[in-house]
Amino acid sequence: MFKIVRKEALNPFVKLMEIEASYVAKKAEPGQFIILRVNEDGERIPLTIADYDREKGTITIIFQEVGKTTRLLGTLNAGDTLLDFVGPLGVASHFEGLKKVAVIGGGLGAAIAYPQAKKLHSLGVEVHSIAGFRNKDLVILEKEMNEVSDKVIIATDDGSNGNKGFVTDMLKKLIEDGNKYDLVIAIGPLIMMKVISNLTKQYGIKTVVSMNPVMIDGTGMCGGCRVTVGGKIKFACVDGPDFDGHLVDFDEAMRRQLMYKSEERQSLDDHTCKMGGGANA
Amino acid sequence: MTTHAKWGVEQMPNMSLNKIKMPEQLPDVRNKNFLEVALGYTEEMAKEEAQRCLQCKHKPCVQGCPVNVKIPEFIKLVAEGNFEEAYNKIRETNSLPAVCGRVCPQESQCEKYCVRANKGESVGIGRLERFTADWYIANGQYKVERAERINEKVAVVGSGPASLTCAGDLAKLGYDVTIFEAFHTPGGVLMYGIPEFRLPKALVQKEISVVKELGVEIKTNIVIGKTLSLEDLTDEGFEAVFIGSGAGLPNFMGIEGENLNGVYSSNEFLTRVNLMKAYKFPDCDTPVKIGKNVAVVGGGNVAMDAARSAKRLGAENVYIVYRRSEAEMPARLEEVHHAKEEGIIFKLLTNPTKILGTEDGWVKGIECVEMELGEPDASGRRSPVIKQGSEHVVDVQTVIIAIGQSPNPLIAATTPDLQTQKRGGIFVQEETGATSKKGIYAGGDAVTGAATVILAMGAGKKAAKAIDEFLRSKA
Repeated sequence: MFKIVRKEALNPFVKLMEIEASYVAKKAEPGQFIILRVNEDGERIPLTIADYDREKGTITIIFQEVGKTTRLLGTLNAGDTLLDFVGPLGVASHFEGLKKVAVIGGGLGAAIAYPQAKKLHSLGVEVHSIAGFRNKDLVILEKEMNEVSDKVIIATDDGSNGNKGFVTDMLKKLIEDGNKYDLVIAIGPLIMMKVISNLTKQYGIKTVVSMNPVMIDGTGMCGGCRVTVGGKIKFACVDGPDFDGHLVDFDEAMRRQLMYKSEERQSLDDHTCKMGGGANA
Repeated sequence: MTTHAKWGVEQMPNMSLNKIKMPEQLPDVRNKNFLEVALGYTEEMAKEEAQRCLQCKHKPCVQGCPVNVKIPEFIKLVAEGNFEEAYNKIRETNSLPAVCGRVCPQESQCEKYCVRANKGESVGIGRLERFTADWYIANGQYKVERAERINEKVAVVGSGPASLTCAGDLAKLGYDVTIFEAFHTPGGVLMYGIPEFRLPKALVQKEISVVKELGVEIKTNIVIGKTLSLEDLTDEGFEAVFIGSGAGLPNFMGIEGENLNGVYSSNEFLTRVNLMKAYKFPDCDTPVKIGKNVAVVGGGNVAMDAARSAKRLGAENVYIVYRRSEAEMPARLEEVHHAKEEGIIFKLLTNPTKILGTEDGWVKGIECVEMELGEPDASGRRSPVIKQGSEHVVDVQTVIIAIGQSPNPLIAATTPDLQTQKRGGIFVQEETGATSKKGIYAGGDAVTGAATVILAMGAGKKAAKAIDEFLRSKA
């Protein structure tokens, strides 16, 4: 059993949890993920490691309550335990030889981009963080990003924070202003990563994206997480989750993401029903 | 009629040419549920079948058993109605009798050498083993005698049949054994691979609990090669390691359309259904997609398991698509027979060339060609060649690829000095399971690629003996 030692709501839909998992904390690096299971009949879901504390032996995860499992997870509190928690899985991000990097997070992706920015900053790399949200109430980790970045740009789709636009627009502007990036790290919805990759391809800037497909075991056993990269089948769990954004077949990935949409809906409706509430439950 | 002296009781062997039939669920009933197909012998049936054993002095059956179960001895005890002692006799060399009694290919092992098979059917050794184990689980009192502890730690990676056997044997010798399992539940392929209707999961857990009783500790949620490296295990004081990490790498065919929605590796499909209990969705949270028509590509036991599971999940037409003929099928005869009874359609000498998709990326068919058998290949099987102009499309919405699994590369990839073979299996000395790294042993599918439960158990047993000798010579 894995104890939740801290829980915070970052916005109405996104929660942060710090979980005791000393073995995982000992090895965790940015870019890696864990798989957890809340209860006996539960699903195994992968979540990216948002932070780790080797001394305390804890792992921080940040998740959006979108499906049955994440909603259930969101109902737990500090002091409660998770049944299963395994990791760190996947290949850690590579940061060798970088001088200046743009780290882009879309929505919840900001939570996954943050540890990368933090690590890069600790290595002395100049970090420009760009984060995009639908509106100002959904902004997360602004303070944390400021602590580890040389420049932070927060954009909102509706302009409610005073800076209207998509992360792609912001990146384009930075590039056109003369910023020379060795690398762009883009983490967020598939469509965002696709658009960013298309943009950086035009400028010839190497781009790494983080894939988060459906998976079960996380050790290369099921192959459910296969992604086509440069025409070859890769398993996101053991070959990734980081891949070259210019080589990923995003259209296929978007299609594969819809495989269980109707079942996810059914699960959620069932759950919402049992929880005795509607959308606000 | 004279009494049969070898029995030691006033009894003569049952000279019936056939095995006592084992009751089964009817095909039309069972292909709609996940309950066990075979129902097992009653005490009377078991005694009667046991009396077919001639108690041969030279025990030819035992040479066919990779873990050397004392077959005539346990069968004699069954015939006498002493089921508890019969169980203990099996347990002397076999840690997982309820599993072996169900999934061993007895026809090519112990029963193959049975003298009775020279005229009629062999003794139903597997059925008797199964009966004995089940009787004990229902009626016996587990009284495990723990060996005097030896203060030496051995790590076992994975918790499938090879690992459980190795761990059990080492614990019996008194070693301090810890199993590390990547999944949340121990059992390996016995839990994620073999379906409930062939091997009930409660039985697997019961047999694992007996291994635990011997003093083996099982740590789940630890991926060796990720959470901990082999080096970490040495640092944590483990003096020897057995790697039984299985064949956890699905093979794909490399044909067009394999990434369409609705295409599964057999590993993924079976793991969803078995370990994650997708057949209980939405009561259990993990879903599985099953179309009206399903094609399972492959001809092994895993293909049969996948096809029979798909049928039970409600598919109307389930096809086994296999490129050779029935004679070359690697699946056990019994599995093929059961699959046919349950309405699985066999498309033999048929090879898929392409998976066809709808505009939005869902499987809508599988394009195949018919094959003819040509000259025997390196494996001795006649290799199939394409019949000209035989292209055709089978209308399916789900494709399950069951053409074999390769050893999981995770440990080898993170242990640079661990030698592997061409196909990814860990290189070992066959007699001992010793790898290229001192104190590290391996066995089962991690070495051979996907094979059988009992061969893995045999390898676990050999390695346990070798580890014991290694640690003794070290001391």
